[in-house]
Amino acid sequence: MISTLVLLITKSFRQHLFSTVVTAASIALAGGLLMSVWTLREEARKTFAEVSGGYDAVLGARGSKLQLVLNAVFHLEESTGNMEWKDFLEAQKNPSVERAVPMAMGDNFRGYRVVGTLPEFFAGDAASTTRLTARSPGRIFDVTSREAVVGSFAAEQLGLKRGDRIKPYHGLNFNEEHQHEEDYVIVGILEPTSSPVDRVIWIPLEGLQKLSGHDPKSSTEISAVLVKLKGGSATAGFLLDQSYNKQGTRLTFAWPIGRIVALFFDKISWFDRVLELVAYLVALVATASVVASIYNSMNERRREIAILRALGAHRALVSAAVVFESAAITALGMLGALAVHGAIMWSVTGVLKVQTGVVLNPWSPNGILVFAPLGMIALSAAAGLVPALKAYRTDVATNLIPAS
Amino acid sequence: MLEVSRLRKAFTSPEGALSPVVDVEDFQINERDHVALRGDSGSGKTTFLNLIAGILRPDAGRVAIQGQVISDLNEAARDRLRATAIGYVFQTFNLLQGYTCLENVLLAMTFAGRADRSRAEALLRRVGLGQRLGHRPRQLSTGQQQRVAVARALANRPILVVADEPTGNLDSGNGHEVLELLRDTCRENEAALLLVSHDRDVLSEFDDVRDFHQINRACSALPQ
Repeated sequence: MISTLVLLITKSFRQHLFSTVVTAASIALAGGLLMSVWTLREEARKTFAEVSGGYDAVLGARGSKLQLVLNAVFHLEESTGNMEWKDFLEAQKNPSVERAVPMAMGDNFRGYRVVGTLPEFFAGDAASTTRLTARSPGRIFDVTSREAVVGSFAAEQLGLKRGDRIKPYHGLNFNEEHQHEEDYVIVGILEPTSSPVDRVIWIPLEGLQKLSGHDPKSSTEISAVLVKLKGGSATAGFLLDQSYNKQGTRLTFAWPIGRIVALFFDKISWFDRVLELVAYLVALVATASVVASIYNSMNERRREIAILRALGAHRALVSAAVVFESAAITALGMLGALAVHGAIMWSVTGVLKVQTGVVLNPWSPNGILVFAPLGMIALSAAAGLVPALKAYRTDVATNLIPAS
Repeated sequence: MLEVSRLRKAFTSPEGALSPVVDVEDFQINERDHVALRGDSGSGKTTFLNLIAGILRPDAGRVAIQGQVISDLNEAARDRLRATAIGYVFQTFNLLQGYTCLENVLLAMTFAGRADRSRAEALLRRVGLGQRLGHRPRQLSTGQQQRVAVARALANRPILVVADEPTGNLDSGNGHEVLELLRDTCRENEAALLLVSHDRDVLSEFDDVRDFHQINRACSALPQ
């Protein structure tokens, strides 16, 4: 029975090769789009929420929490403004703060951010996955020298290597006319982290504050402070949130980082839903095209069905062959959809890496990679019942005679 | 072996009138007999064969093959009996165009649950197509296509082969060869043969020729 079904289906594929290939290709595109939209949404939300560099919060000048996180963690947005060095010292002394690292932004090297910080930023504890290390041979900069370490992606894109000298440009956007005079020698390239850190050139905090052309007043100011709470304490976070955001008026405490990123994704979730709806509709149309293709070929198949029936094939067998053919075309299409999904994810992942430094995993375990193929195959099989009914009702005696 | 009694079948005309096509009181064939039915086009011969083969269900009457009343069986059982006990040779060959000669014969075997590649190959060699096993029907002459149909009809060792104008689409030379082959292979496989034709040359080959106009009382009611 099964071998007969397989034979009937493969023969039908050969006889209707063109329409089989076209419909399978449409399924591949639709299925690939559906899986990619879903995976991108899930992966982006998960991955971006996890990009905290091991810190729980960002402290910065009064402004939007999201802007603060995007600026200090993702290195994407403008700064909310500067804050006083004493604010950093105060945060550092807070008993619930395990580690506080200041950052100063405002310069770039050929479009890649140059950020001033302290060596503590790279330290972490030895067991921490967030600890940043320079590729060997290489080291982290010395705060007393004009030295820089470069994120792996920035180094690769800019062709920088240890020993090279760079002169930063003023501002976050690259403008050839605004180059600083100071030279920084590269002493290390960081190991890749698949995070925004990879896109940044790091120099000593004091060095950036005192670059030529910067306002002397800003030499005691910083852009933000990354804060790690002791044990990630929710209570401490809540108390600091109350202290800075509710009672204070000068500073903003963006905590917790993951939740703020998640809220951002919540705000644009309507766009996800629109994309998802479009993907569902495309998948539905592609499934319908499989059925339409088979249904339209039923007239030319009538004689073949009649011959099969005359040879002893039961109605249920020829009908089942039609249902399974519909499912098999979709199954073939969904194999192609995995390739389309891989291609779309590869492209989007590449763009995201360039734009944000965040690397998504296209093949991260995700239910949609199983449920979309199974769902579409089941939907096609169900829709295949329509032409199957036509096959079931084919009159043998009438259709054995060739149409003149 | 084949017993037909009080067999009736009528179709509804486009105008809505019920038009009797087959009305056979009694018809019998013994095991291994070769019987030819003489009848003109439109006399209900094909309908008669389709009723015997269980493709159509009679309005009344009885068709029994080796004691098994095919007219009383449900459709699935009729399909099964047709696959296992009856071979059918059509005027228009009715080969599956997407299948090779060998696959056409093998597929008929699978419906009887007895696919036997060596027998299929042997049958095709027997009908002179041993070198054409992988050819598709379109790659064969009409005579060769009907030879494949003969091999397919005998694939499941049927006890009865029905042939509906098997030489109707062939020239006289090919027709004679196919007819001879059909009769020889039926003998070799100990199958009875019921052949309908209006071709005098074909009918002259048979000792037992019956006039369908006399057997089928509905013929007189059919439009000439």
